[in-house]
Amino acid sequence: MTNYIPVLIIIIFAFLIAALIVGASSILGHKISKKTKLDTYECGMKTIGPTRMKMNIRYYLTAMLFLIFDIEVMFLYPWALVTGNLGMFGFLEMLVFVIILLVGYVYVWKKGALEWE
Amino acid sequence: MADYIWLIPLFPAVGFIFNGLFGTKISKGAVSWIACLAVFLSFLTSVAIFFEFLQLPADARVFEINVYSWIASGEVSIPLGFRVDALSLVMAMTVSGVAFLIHVYSIGYMEHDPGFKRFFVELNLFVFMMLTLVTGNSLIMMFVGWEGVGLSSYLLIGFWYQKDSASDAGKKAFIVNRIGDFGFLLGIFLLFFTLGSHGVWTLNFGEIHKSAHLLNGNMINLITFLFFVGAMGKSAQIPLYVWLPDAMEGPTPVSSLIHAATMVTAGVYMIARLNFLYSMAPTTMMVVATIGVLTAFFAATIGFAQYDIKKVLAYSTISQLGYMFVAVGVGAYSAGIFHLMTHAFFKGLLFLGAGSIMHAMSGELDMRLMGGLRKKIPVTYWTFFIACLAIAGIPGFSGFFSKDEILWKAFSSPHGHIMIWMLAALTAGMTAFYMFRLFFGVFYGDCRAPEDVKHHIHESPKVMTVPLMILAFLAIAGGYLGIPHVLGGANLFDQFLAPVLGGGHGHAAAAHASAGFSMVSSAWASTAEAGHGGEAALEMTLMAASVVTALIGISIAWLMYVKNTGMPGKFVAAFPGLFKVVNNKYYVDEFYDFVFVRGIMKAGGVLLKVVDIGIIEGIINGVGALLQWIGGGLRKFETGFVQQYAFGMILGAIIVVGYIVFAPLF
Amino acid sequence: MVVQIPEMDFGWIVPEIAMTVFAAVALLLTLFRKKNSTWLFVEAMPLVGAIVALYFTFQTWNGNIDIFNNLYTIDNFGVFFKGLSLVILILVTLLSYRYIDREDMARGEYYSLLMFGTLGMMIMVSSNNFITIFIGLEVMSISIYILAGLMGGNAKSVEASLKYFLLGAFATAFLLYGIALIYGTTGMLDIREIAGYVNSGNFMVTPTFMAGLALLIVGFGFKTASVPFHMWTPDVYEGAPTSITAYMATGVKAAAFAAFLRVLFTAFHPFLSGWTYMLWILAVATMTLGNITALKQDDVKRMLAYSSIAHAGYILIALTVGDRTLSSTVLYYLLVYSFMTIGAFAVVIILGRQGSPNTGIESYAGLAGRHPVIAAVMAVFLFSMAGIPPLAGFMGKFYVLTDAIRGGYYWLAIIGVLNSVVAAYYYLRVVMYMYFKEPEAEIGAPDVSIGSTLAIAISVVVVFYLGIFPRLFLMIAHTSSAIFM
Repeated sequence: MTNYIPVLIIIIFAFLIAALIVGASSILGHKISKKTKLDTYECGMKTIGPTRMKMNIRYYLTAMLFLIFDIEVMFLYPWALVTGNLGMFGFLEMLVFVIILLVGYVYVWKKGALEWE
Repeated sequence: MADYIWLIPLFPAVGFIFNGLFGTKISKGAVSWIACLAVFLSFLTSVAIFFEFLQLPADARVFEINVYSWIASGEVSIPLGFRVDALSLVMAMTVSGVAFLIHVYSIGYMEHDPGFKRFFVELNLFVFMMLTLVTGNSLIMMFVGWEGVGLSSYLLIGFWYQKDSASDAGKKAFIVNRIGDFGFLLGIFLLFFTLGSHGVWTLNFGEIHKSAHLLNGNMINLITFLFFVGAMGKSAQIPLYVWLPDAMEGPTPVSSLIHAATMVTAGVYMIARLNFLYSMAPTTMMVVATIGVLTAFFAATIGFAQYDIKKVLAYSTISQLGYMFVAVGVGAYSAGIFHLMTHAFFKGLLFLGAGSIMHAMSGELDMRLMGGLRKKIPVTYWTFFIACLAIAGIPGFSGFFSKDEILWKAFSSPHGHIMIWMLAALTAGMTAFYMFRLFFGVFYGDCRAPEDVKHHIHESPKVMTVPLMILAFLAIAGGYLGIPHVLGGANLFDQFLAPVLGGGHGHAAAAHASAGFSMVSSAWASTAEAGHGGEAALEMTLMAASVVTALIGISIAWLMYVKNTGMPGKFVAAFPGLFKVVNNKYYVDEFYDFVFVRGIMKAGGVLLKVVDIGIIEGIINGVGALLQWIGGGLRKFETGFVQQYAFGMILGAIIVVGYIVFAPLF
Repeated sequence: MVVQIPEMDFGWIVPEIAMTVFAAVALLLTLFRKKNSTWLFVEAMPLVGAIVALYFTFQTWNGNIDIFNNLYTIDNFGVFFKGLSLVILILVTLLSYRYIDREDMARGEYYSLLMFGTLGMMIMVSSNNFITIFIGLEVMSISIYILAGLMGGNAKSVEASLKYFLLGAFATAFLLYGIALIYGTTGMLDIREIAGYVNSGNFMVTPTFMAGLALLIVGFGFKTASVPFHMWTPDVYEGAPTSITAYMATGVKAAAFAAFLRVLFTAFHPFLSGWTYMLWILAVATMTLGNITALKQDDVKRMLAYSSIAHAGYILIALTVGDRTLSSTVLYYLLVYSFMTIGAFAVVIILGRQGSPNTGIESYAGLAGRHPVIAAVMAVFLFSMAGIPPLAGFMGKFYVLTDAIRGGYYWLAIIGVLNSVVAAYYYLRVVMYMYFKEPEAEIGAPDVSIGSTLAIAISVVVVFYLGIFPRLFLMIAHTSSAIFM
């Protein structure tokens, strides 16, 4: 347990110092509260319209599909490097992997997830 | 054949399942005949086994079949098995035989009832459970049957559940029985663990018998007493008898089968089955005999003042059950079972007769509105007459043999006592009186029924009268199985049961009596000492005394209800208070209601207020409020509920992790 | 450098391969099926696949072999749970046939995901390696997140799916963090190696290691719907399509408990006695909270959700006792529980209509008068859950409570019994409604199909069989749990 005592001390000090700094600045600091001050900072211009925008859900879908197939490619790189050592069996293994993803791809395609409109 | 004993309960079970599932799809007739057939097959099976048994030497008449090892964990093994011996055979034959007749009778009786099919389904369930109870080879099987008959009894009492009184009666029966069952269950546990502490983990009757010597005296008294508490509930003994009269709310065949002939005798059967334990527990025996005789006497006095014919029969059943407990309480197990059997015949008959009377009288139950039915329903009249003679103990009828055997044993057995004999003999006279009061009131005198009812009086159909006649035959003939030695008989019944119940020692018991073992007063003992001839003379004398008592009872009834019908009115006028008390059954129900039911209700109310509303609702509301408070705090940052769930998970995780990580440090 | 890959190992995972192939084929088949086609190929896939897989699974009984460099293990424990998952798949498929048409769910995806979910369960229960267990768990979970939301037009279903997903991901994080901490302190992922190391004597217990263990409990506690990680259960069970609720309540719970049991009893058994109190409290809290909350429910589906929480509590009793020789109890309980739960949900399904699920308790009023057989089977399932002999639920509870008494946990046993009493109230309340209440509205014809009839019939028979003749399956459960001895 004694090993952890320094850690404990550090934690305590971290808290104390953080509290001290924040507390001191809030007590000592100069405060002006105006509406402009609380506004979102946007290059000094007044904000126009809501901050949060609705994104078309298709972006997410496409992004997700991209991720999946991107990872497939990531797997293919290391495999490509050692494929000679793995031999026929390694090739077949990777084929199975690709085929499984292919099923997914066919599904996505047929369902029309790849079409924008 | 004995290997197939499991067929006996199986048939009604199949009937129950089949009718229960497909009953709605097939016709009424089919349902009823399937139900009857199922019970009849059980009866045939038991008779076949019986005849096979007769071929065997007496000491080989025990079979056990373990169908399946039900619970097996470690050293504890509870097999699901059946036991065939003389006792279970007698019970199985009586139950299935009487049940079959009552099933047939019900076809006529319930014909116009909308619940016709349900009735047969529940009746088959009952027979299945009852046969399980009597053929099971362990306390567990017995308990399963015990609870099962309780359940079907509840269902059948409340058969006309639209009537509040019927469903209330069902509930009452169930609750009062639960009190008894609690004792029974405690007894089972106690026996199981006490034997277990000696390394014998078993609930099998045979094995309990073998290792019963391991139990010490106090323990065995306690265990047997707890079992007897169960019997008090099921067999309606003081103080748990109150449910039985109310149970008459059920259809009459139900009263006949369950609440007269079979189920209520389960307690007697249980004590007979465990006779080896009871024989080791003299204190409990004394309690059993005392409670039995008090119940017999007490219920008979209530029977005096009831007008509802089924209520009279109900109190008479309680009283007769008391007799059976006297028998088993003084160690005359086979006499108890003998009376159980004959009682099943004549009391079943009485109830079916009452049903037939109700059928004739358009459902009327009050005997004050009957009378003069002798000519109009002759078959019912004659069969009812035979049953009354049997229950009154008139020589030549079955009740005479069985009742006198009990009386003699109550007198002569080492566990007996002259007071028990006297009360029991007096009760015999009273029984004769109130049964014939009923009999004369219904069948003699002028018809007091309203005109429109009078018009309809008719004899019941064949399907009802034939079972009556068969039962009447049995109510006479059943007794000849056990003609006592003193009348030149061989008491075949006692002999048949001897391997199980250790009976057949009537003489030995008398010898004990003469040796001064019994509590019989010395004067009687010296008479008994006169030797064998003297003992026979004594037995004859006592027999004559009880017959005379019964005849006196009948004569008084005749005087009061046929000859001089004004007398009962005068009597009631002379002792209005007494009559009122007895007519109201000594206010026992009211007492229970006041002390227990309302007491418990009140306690429940207090509990509800304090525990339920105060503590539980307080906790629930408190927890709810706490969660809402937490949720309210959270809502300032986020909205929705998933977050709360997640927050709960985090809290849980912190507690779990905190505990596991930090607990070892302390 | 030549990498050795033992090729014959594939013979042992034929059931898993079969599941994968059938699931993929089902998915492809729907794509190329014409609209309104009456082909039943897709519908047949889960059944055929499950039967094929079941056959090959039984072939591996007594296999007892480690394959793929110990990443995968074939042992009787795994075979037992694989068999159970496949049987659950069959039953759920049977009762889905009419239901998914009625609720207009996407069939191909539905069946395919069911199979993938089962595949996840199969993987999860047959490995001694944390990573494989985790992969199995995720395959299962992700399939079910989607399945829960397949009733597309129904907001509740979508909500259930989202909630389950969010909280599930959260719980997964805990689990993964736990695995990471354990790996960090021991350098091992194989639970048998960890067991050997922990017992070797040169192992020093550190808080980090213990925190890892605790996080595992959190993760598995979530999947098994144990208090305090149960909050999602009622909402998700209520919102999800009923067939999926049945699937979650049985398959997921069984698989999660299987993995939990394996991890706990293999690697961390030495520490078990240290946290008896923890598990004790979890068991009591799970039982009690599940039962007490169920009391107030007027919706049968939601009531069954709470009851499923309570049943998890009973299983936790067996875990608390922590006697490895008694672990067969857990297996038996899960077996029994699966059948009665699926049966009860099947009845809920057939009483529903398109657009009106009729899960309120008042829809059950007077059922006995109109549909006596349905009422009777529902009563059987409810009685079984309440633990009334001679039904299977009684046997399950009996063994659990016997274990508690043998282990000396008398209070736990007493609380368990008290809880059964509480539970009996709300189960019997439904029975009371079915048998003694007059229906408020006319009960239409139930939506019975051959599939659901078959599923219910199988469940009823099994509930009776396991209750009256528990011996055979108890022996099987015993043999299966022999891996812990």
